[in-house]
Amino acid sequence: MLREIALKAKAALSKPAKYGVDVDLTAYNFKIPPRQLIGSLNELPDDVKRSAPSVGLDITEAGRSGSYFQIDASPVYVKSRVQGLTVMPLSEAINDRSFIDNYYWKAVDVDLDKFTAAAELYGGKEGYVIIAGRNVVVENPVQACLYMSEPRALQAPHNIIVAEEGSTLYVVTGCATRPRIAGLHAGVSEFYVKRNATVVFIMIHNWSRHTHVRPRTGVVVEDGGTFISYYVNMGFTKSLQTFPNVYLRGAGAKAVLHTVILGLGSSKIDVGGFIALEAEGTSGEISSRVVAKDEVEVVARGKIGGYARGGRGHVECSGLLLSKHSSIRAIPELEAKVKDVQLTHEAAIGKLAEEEIFYIQARGFTREEAVSMLIRGFLKVRMEGLPPILEKYVNYVTELTASKL
Amino acid sequence: MLLEVRDLHVVVGGKLVLDGVNLSVDYGETVLLLGPNGSGKTSLLQAIMGNPKYEVVKGSIIFRGRDVTDLPVEERVRLGLALSFQFTPKIRGLTVRELLEEICEKRRFSSNDIQLLVSALNVKHLLDRSLNVGFSGGEMKKVELLLLLAQKPLLALLDEPDSGVDVENIAVLGRVLNYYLNGSYGDFESSLPSRPSALIVTHLGYIARFLNASRAYVVIDGKIVCHGKAEDVVDVILKHGFEKCIACYRGRALQC
Repeated sequence: MLREIALKAKAALSKPAKYGVDVDLTAYNFKIPPRQLIGSLNELPDDVKRSAPSVGLDITEAGRSGSYFQIDASPVYVKSRVQGLTVMPLSEAINDRSFIDNYYWKAVDVDLDKFTAAAELYGGKEGYVIIAGRNVVVENPVQACLYMSEPRALQAPHNIIVAEEGSTLYVVTGCATRPRIAGLHAGVSEFYVKRNATVVFIMIHNWSRHTHVRPRTGVVVEDGGTFISYYVNMGFTKSLQTFPNVYLRGAGAKAVLHTVILGLGSSKIDVGGFIALEAEGTSGEISSRVVAKDEVEVVARGKIGGYARGGRGHVECSGLLLSKHSSIRAIPELEAKVKDVQLTHEAAIGKLAEEEIFYIQARGFTREEAVSMLIRGFLKVRMEGLPPILEKYVNYVTELTASKL
Repeated sequence: MLLEVRDLHVVVGGKLVLDGVNLSVDYGETVLLLGPNGSGKTSLLQAIMGNPKYEVVKGSIIFRGRDVTDLPVEERVRLGLALSFQFTPKIRGLTVRELLEEICEKRRFSSNDIQLLVSALNVKHLLDRSLNVGFSGGEMKKVELLLLLAQKPLLALLDEPDSGVDVENIAVLGRVLNYYLNGSYGDFESSLPSRPSALIVTHLGYIARFLNASRAYVVIDGKIVCHGKAEDVVDVILKHGFEKCIACYRGRALQC
């Protein structure tokens, strides 16, 4: 099995991605000396400790059900703090043949492109595996950190999240780099949301301006399951391209993909997502808020496919241009293959309205203060179905993002 | 005088919208500004507030003895000017509470006084909603008044605070504003050099019934055409409409 997977991966090693600028894999080092496990997050290197709060992680683990920290290709801290929740490194999970059969490269194709191939062949078969057992409600989020420390390194973890029938699982992930280092991050994430389970996944990216980022994500949702994702990229990257695929396979399944992009510097960003309404009565929502500054180029995509009766979908792209040299392209796409579906989209790109700026200024604020309040409002989204603890977390992240401007 | 507008000429998008306006508001005085649609009332308030879209090409605005014609809007606010807008933008993501808190931080408004205002205006249920998104006409005007008074203005400029509002709510707005103008809110008296003043644009003067307005101006075609005791002017307009003012003004012009 693993042999076949490896062969497929090898064949795809030079296959460019469908979207985004190409990256030369050979420019990155994947032979990085492994690190030892640590007993407590206090023993993390200082730079990781410093970065953690900037991507919403808490090294005291307050209000966290579990933690997974990986530096470059090595898991350094893996812990579940509650019953019914499993947190382990991938290398351990794949000792189990049935785990491979059910979850390993089942939601993402290993030969999708050179980045998935690289994750399989050069990623060290590490990454987090988080499993919420049947009917287990994990009230506090599990936190995961993927940190890049070595210069010019490839970090390609393979993460798998499983929410068994009737379970609820919240995961917050923060990815960051040591300041100023160059690197390539190509993480694969597979989600399996079983019958009537709920997964809320929040991912915060805060890269250096020399990092190429290519996450690859696939999500399978069964009957009555819910998948909510909130992804924030704040600030600099060399390039970022991602396009999660969500397959709503069970009746009444739901998915929400929400993306917030703050583009700074000369980042080239191509983000999107696809939700396939494959079963009766499924619904999907894709929305993105993009703020482009400096010389950033952003493409915001969103596609919903209606392939079963009673499907409903909505795509929304909002863009805010804050400089003369930045650009935003919004590409919403709808596809229907059966009659009884309802799909809509809206897209709007513009600059801040002068009358809104003056309105705020007339309340006693400088132009700068008014602009920052408006941008903060733009970035903020009310997401339905978030528990208070995650709502607070999202607000904190929004503030953090707005403060980067 | 608290405010003196002298020979003010204002251009918007190449068009002259105010054509030599002279107007004054004294310390502690409430003054009405009346006029038909499109006559220049909003332009006058926006120009006094310092909206850069309203370009002053001639004349000046003196506030507290200081020429503020070229001052940026936030400086004017600091001196004690504030404006409640006729048309308020809907701002998604910015809640009433957030804006209110930012204002209070700047103006050192005590939270007790704010509580008082919030309950007097009955807007508690709106605090955590995005500003004006999905608000009714009355709700928008109440939130405008709340934000305006939170700024503790020495001179409150109100642009049609009563349009699109039902009778009960006009009474609420009128009473709260009157209470404020009488210097009855908390620490105002100690922090302001006098009782606050107001310059109020109103179509039909409904809200004026709750206020002690001393004088009224009538603006037509960007000019002040009439000026007198508030109750007399409102009386004439309610009886005869603005036609009478126009006729009266034309008559005078002919005599000249």
